[in-house]
Amino acid sequence: MSRTGLDTEVADRRPGAETARRRRRPAARPLSREIVETRVLGVLKWVMIAVFLVATLFPFYYMLLLSVRSIEDVALDPGALWPPRGVSLDAFREVLRSVDDGGQGFLTFLRNSGVIAIATVAVTLLVSILGAYAISRLQFFGRRQVHFLFLAVYLFPAILLAIPLFVLFTRIGLRGSLFGLTLVYISQTVPVTIHMLRNYFETVPVSLEEAAALDGATRLQIIRKVALPLAMPAIMATSLFVFMIAWNEFLFALLFLVEDRGRWTVSLGLSQLSGSIEVAKTVLMAGSVILTIPIIVLFFATERLLVEGLTSGAEKG
Amino acid sequence: MAPRRTRTLRQQETRAGLTLLSPTLVVVLAVVVLPILWTILIAFQRLRLRDLHRSGIFGAELTLRNFETVLTSSGFLNALKVTLIYSVVGTALSIGLGLVAALVVRKPFKGRTLVRASMLLPYVAPVVAVTFVWEVMLHPELGIVNALGADLLGWKDPIPFLDQRTGTLSLLGVDIGVPTALVVIILYQAWRYFPFSFLFILARLQALPADLDEAARVDGATPLQRFRYITLPQLKGVIALLAVLRFIWTFNEFDDVFLLTEGGAGTEVVSVRVFRYLTARGDVGAAAALSLVLAASLVVLLLVYFRFFVGRSRDAEAV
Repeated sequence: MSRTGLDTEVADRRPGAETARRRRRPAARPLSREIVETRVLGVLKWVMIAVFLVATLFPFYYMLLLSVRSIEDVALDPGALWPPRGVSLDAFREVLRSVDDGGQGFLTFLRNSGVIAIATVAVTLLVSILGAYAISRLQFFGRRQVHFLFLAVYLFPAILLAIPLFVLFTRIGLRGSLFGLTLVYISQTVPVTIHMLRNYFETVPVSLEEAAALDGATRLQIIRKVALPLAMPAIMATSLFVFMIAWNEFLFALLFLVEDRGRWTVSLGLSQLSGSIEVAKTVLMAGSVILTIPIIVLFFATERLLVEGLTSGAEKG
Repeated sequence: MAPRRTRTLRQQETRAGLTLLSPTLVVVLAVVVLPILWTILIAFQRLRLRDLHRSGIFGAELTLRNFETVLTSSGFLNALKVTLIYSVVGTALSIGLGLVAALVVRKPFKGRTLVRASMLLPYVAPVVAVTFVWEVMLHPELGIVNALGADLLGWKDPIPFLDQRTGTLSLLGVDIGVPTALVVIILYQAWRYFPFSFLFILARLQALPADLDEAARVDGATPLQRFRYITLPQLKGVIALLAVLRFIWTFNEFDDVFLLTEGGAGTEVVSVRVFRYLTARGDVGAAAALSLVLAASLVVLLLVYFRFFVGRSRDAEAV
């Protein structure tokens, strides 16, 4: 196939017997641009893959590495790439112990983060399954406007929303409560969740639902018995996505919960303690590991589903 | 008979649709739309943090003083400049890296799924954890970057990457001033968000029809030529979309900058300033006014972008 291209290239330089001689010995032919580029790019590709892997994975390895070293050890030898004096789990013990026992109380933070994230997932899914179903299946007035509204919410900067919500929640006494924060997370995740689920509902054939309707099923029955089981993979992926957003969130947690240590989330706790000089960096590294592990486990377990859900529609350009 | 039946079905669907959507609409209206409208009101009121419990919603008189405070304050123009540099360079770098990453994992190879998943990690990991790791890696005494710099590159003094406003880079005997902290937060931005561009570009790449590329190969186009003239033009759409999305998000970025530098050492972006007005100064009105200024600048920049973009493609059609 590529022969055609090479031959014309050689034919263009026809004058000169040298070329003719070269043509008889194909092995000694000067490297064509095609071959050079293919080889160079072939090598470069693996170099780049290696660079990307080191750049993305090393910070996580470093996090793990520091969490099992003592702070004195790190101060002596900050450049070590493996724990030179063995592995110690003291940092994890200290970070998890309650404040009364001289620890940092991350167990409480874990509980707060978990409660908020799970409540957000449950309510967001309930609300957005209904909404996504309506937008993808029913022809009604205002459908497109609603969709536009959700897109706008998705793009809207959190910092702009932070001020009125801060004022509002202070007024009605919801600031400082896990419930208030959950409410904010729900409003932030519902639009994007509806978008992801809607894309999925649209790939499910309508005929099944029509058959159920002919058999006398009501709208809610159709959603529960027909559409939901079919959309289960997408719903799983979306739940994990929402869980990650709620688990990772920082700004609203900072604005709402900072005054009461008993209500801190893991993210907030880590950021608040990282500024103090009393808590060793290695102890907080253990805290980072604890914060990150649930997300990495969930992510690797569902990577394919998640990627498809996030980029669905993107391949159309 | 027939048209009447369709209409009732239509009405039925409308009612069902709005009923199913109503919980969503209530949440979005109550926690997003109304608060945004309220921000506009607050921006025109003198509202202090300590008066929050007392003052009424419409009680205070309307005034332009907040905007005057915010726009004439020292450091405002600089914050806007820093935000702009941070957004433009950060967006470009993250999309560029995403494009390269997508191209190198385009063809299947053993372990590709694992490589792809690893490349997504910076984006999915908790922001507080990854900023903390960066902070420690760049720490002058404890960090591995300074340790390796001293061991391998012979740095005499550790570099306080996140606290240094301007550093000097000696290159071939010439000293160049570098805004160290700003460069670091831009590099961080590229590192954390390239996976987002990578995902979208990869999805588009894999949906490209193979025949165009094949035809160009038959015609003797080299790999680089094929990329330049066949692949890249087909990626234009998704790259333009990513540029808009990433620019919007970077322009308003708060978490990353706040957690890395708290806006110090010449990295004060506008959103961090908004936060400072709200918490440190307790001036809710000024914070609201500045956040509106931020949003308005973003809208203006996007309009310019679209005008430029649409205008250019129209010119191309005329030619």
